[in-house]
Amino acid sequence: MAKQYETVIGLEVHVELATETKIFCGCSTKFGGAPNTHTCPVCTGMPGSLPVLNKKVVEYALALGLAANCQINQYCRFDRKNYFYPDNPQNYQISQLYLPICHDGWLEIQTSGGTKKVRIHEMHMEEDAGKLIHDEWEDCSLVDYNRSGVPLIEIVSEPDMRTSEEVIAYLEKLRMICQYLGVSDCKLQEGSMRADVNLSVREVGSGRLGTRTEMKNLNSFKAISHAIEGERERQIELLEEGREVIQETRRWDDNKESSYAMRSKEDAKDYRYFPDPDLQPVSISTEWMNEIKSRQPEFQEEKAARYQKEYELSKYDANILTQSKHMADIFEETAGFCGNPKKAANWLMGETMRLMKEKSMEPEDLSFSPKHLADLILAIERGEINQQNAKKVFAAIMDEDVEPISYMKEKGLLMVSDSGAIETAVDEVLAANPKTVEEFHSGKEKVLGFLVGQVMKKMKGKADPAKVNELLRKKL
Amino acid sequence: MSGRKIDDATMDNVEILAKLALSPQERQKAMDEMEKILDYVEKLNELDTNQAEPLVHILPEVNVFREDVVTNGDGREESLANAPKSKDGQYIVPKTV
Amino acid sequence: MEMLQLTARELSRRIRDGEISVKETVDMYREQMEKMEPQIHAFLSVDEDRLAGRIQEVEEGIKSGRYSGPLAGVPVAVKDNICTRGQKTTCASKILENFVPAFDAEAVKRLEDAGMIVLGKTNMDEFAMGSTTETSAFGVTKNPWNIEHVPGGSSGGSCAAVAAGEAVLALGSDTGGSIRQPAAYCGVTGLKPTYGRVSRYGLIAYASSLDQIGPVGRNVQDCAALFEVIAGHDAKDSTSSQKAVESWESLTEGSLKGKKIGIPKEYFAEGTNEEVKKALTDAIELMAENGAEVEYFSLKMVDYVIPAYYIIACAEASSNLERFDGVKYGYRNMESTELHEMYKKSRAEGFGEEVKRRILLGSFVLSAGYYDAYYLKALKAKALIKKEFDQAFEKYDCILAPASPTTAPKIGTSLCDPLQMYLSDIYTVAVNLAGLPAVSLPCGRDSQGLPVGMQIIGDCFQEKKILQTAAAYEALRGPFPMAWEKEEM
Repeated sequence: MAKQYETVIGLEVHVELATETKIFCGCSTKFGGAPNTHTCPVCTGMPGSLPVLNKKVVEYALALGLAANCQINQYCRFDRKNYFYPDNPQNYQISQLYLPICHDGWLEIQTSGGTKKVRIHEMHMEEDAGKLIHDEWEDCSLVDYNRSGVPLIEIVSEPDMRTSEEVIAYLEKLRMICQYLGVSDCKLQEGSMRADVNLSVREVGSGRLGTRTEMKNLNSFKAISHAIEGERERQIELLEEGREVIQETRRWDDNKESSYAMRSKEDAKDYRYFPDPDLQPVSISTEWMNEIKSRQPEFQEEKAARYQKEYELSKYDANILTQSKHMADIFEETAGFCGNPKKAANWLMGETMRLMKEKSMEPEDLSFSPKHLADLILAIERGEINQQNAKKVFAAIMDEDVEPISYMKEKGLLMVSDSGAIETAVDEVLAANPKTVEEFHSGKEKVLGFLVGQVMKKMKGKADPAKVNELLRKKL
Repeated sequence: MSGRKIDDATMDNVEILAKLALSPQERQKAMDEMEKILDYVEKLNELDTNQAEPLVHILPEVNVFREDVVTNGDGREESLANAPKSKDGQYIVPKTV
Repeated sequence: MEMLQLTARELSRRIRDGEISVKETVDMYREQMEKMEPQIHAFLSVDEDRLAGRIQEVEEGIKSGRYSGPLAGVPVAVKDNICTRGQKTTCASKILENFVPAFDAEAVKRLEDAGMIVLGKTNMDEFAMGSTTETSAFGVTKNPWNIEHVPGGSSGGSCAAVAAGEAVLALGSDTGGSIRQPAAYCGVTGLKPTYGRVSRYGLIAYASSLDQIGPVGRNVQDCAALFEVIAGHDAKDSTSSQKAVESWESLTEGSLKGKKIGIPKEYFAEGTNEEVKKALTDAIELMAENGAEVEYFSLKMVDYVIPAYYIIACAEASSNLERFDGVKYGYRNMESTELHEMYKKSRAEGFGEEVKRRILLGSFVLSAGYYDAYYLKALKAKALIKKEFDQAFEKYDCILAPASPTTAPKIGTSLCDPLQMYLSDIYTVAVNLAGLPAVSLPCGRDSQGLPVGMQIIGDCFQEKKILQTAAAYEALRGPFPMAWEKEEM
């Protein structure tokens, strides 16, 4: 009988913080500068330069730790992780090993299997490395330190996950919390959220953990799922063949959809961590922690509950709208401006999400003004535009954030409220369809619909159907 | 601790960690001297440190922070001024992949 | 010659009073350098352009009143591990032979803000690792008292420059005695400030938790004046203290009456040269006769200071010196086509033997399996050393000790046995481990005519106390000649 295997997964997630400046110097963290333009003596490791800690980094780490139910090391400090690589200008990374800022937390995740707690081993602050690109012409690599020293929080989970579904749910949960806190935008593609997957397999029922491998360079949920499936199979195959899994770091190749071992005699994996003598310790008072706690935002669960109560949304809608803080903000503002939360929710759940899917956008990419959506909703309520045309206007709001009223005027989409024009159209339709009028009088009320349609056609859609209905009945 | 502390395998590892390519003569001399110095520093083992907390920071100061405000402009030229090899505003290193 | 004999403060007064111009002052030292350098080799470089620009700037600054401090107009020699913008800063290492910093060290900035002038950069042991200035990649500095002897180290160039009259003041750095020991060997005065008192920004690190920049001069008052210029909080150095700095003028108020001075018995043990003991004992007697309450006591940790120091210093050095890899600055082996080969060859060819030895040792003591046994153990020993000093300072205002067990050894006798060389730092390293301030000043000469140095150690941030005591002793001792004044060389 074939053996049954269980996959055991732990994650090391790096989140790039949304601070203005780097962790140890006053250089900008903005993306997109020409190579090495956001650098100074500190983040290029010049002799004689010294690091000074950005306070915001500690505050963000604390906020995230508290949100993830962590214990806080009220006395924490930085350690040096020593390894030679050109993306690391000092050849040591300033990180935290011995006294990380947060430890022993947990996140609750939802999967098809129900809810589950994933424990967090620890969270620490550290600096990001620079970027290396390969130069084909000269067969060398080029180093850019613009990202060197950008603040990171590394979140290390316990090996509590068993499936890629759980892994994705955990990452989504973490991303949602970061976005709610505003500590990071967590974009996998851009590298502001990065996950290393530690994976081992063992026979079901075994109490011991198998030898694990670490997989790096996973920059989409898809890559993570595929890497997990692939590595699980690779390890099972090794065990079935009676071979051993080697503890190693493997790099995922997204194009080949497979991983390969990163091995080198020169990578000793002995980081010689020791406390960084250039930085004084961080002492976190209970008052400081309380202050951070008091500034925590309303998180998804509370928000969803409030939407159900306050706005009478369904549980489903409330849940979907709050998955992204940005989406929830748009919803609340729109609802506030138009005074109609249900309509606001319908527009976001319906048309907005349909267009997002069409354009493969993330909620964070939405950039229209809630006021414009609210104005559109109000215009519909006032009968100034019909549903069909309103969708056209909304598409323009999504694309270019147009002001809906002037856009409607400009494009001639406003309803005709002049009853004279509608009356003329009604008269014309009645005159042109004597048979139908007869049918109506003989009791066939159904034909009214046909007549309304004819009038609307004459009006090019710009009349309120209710008004047309009313006028027709009167004339008949 | 007894026996030779710096044997060949240890020295191989230390050279990798320290990123130093030593000549055979240099290496042997370094090994002998390190051995001698390490023998001497083991004097510390006589010392009872059970009651002592490792002292990292002499100064009592904590929470030495800077505010999250951009103070540096374009540092490219100065950063690269001393580079042994550079191209298009980047440092050149032997290929890493 | 008369002008060369002036103290820095007197020189500044005359410059400010217009008796001598800034240019004449600098020229005077340049002439002395021309005369002495062929034998002494205290300097590694002089930046003519920077110097010319500064002379004019300072001349104008003094006229306009912008520079009015007690050291305005005075040229200073600066150790070559302290960064000077646009001026080569080499750490006396081949690996930094052509390195030109993009910024001034905070200490340099402060002395320029006080109207002082960087005269040139001084020789040192490579990366401040050594006790003789013989590990410099750019030649040995000679002791101006006897050119067959070393000037001490690592700030040998700075101390020799002052002793040879090539500069009236200098900046050095002290990680394990690197100001106090060469000051003693060269018969000049040097102050190692409390850790955190002077910004380390721009000091190329050897061991970050121990390094401090400090002044070297002809006497205590001059050192105190330069100390006041460079001391104080700097936001760019996280280990810089916020405590206010006291004014140097209050030093003259000090007397020895009622000063409680502790003398560690262990510092007069058999390893210490008899002539050094004699000079110290005479100085102690003189101080006691003039009201100091002198008492011998025991510093039992003395046996453990060298092991603790070398473990901690080498561990930090191995990490601090990782950045010298041939990528961003400094020497690079250009033939290497593979990354790690480039690292290993650049570093092996760029660093000297002593630096490599300390990097290897430091890498070893931090490596997997040894961290607890060596590094952590050393940090615990450091805690006990600190505690012992804390207890001593409950009883004493100052601790008095030799700066070194011997006077300056002959050139070529120290490096053949590194361990023996390390052991000679026995009286200086504890001060760095405990973060204390200590001043070293001459208290006599041995039968060869070489100076003997005494150090006065204080509790953290008690610079005023030790400088007052030193100044009071200095007044009793009388003027101690500079080497060049003693005999024409």
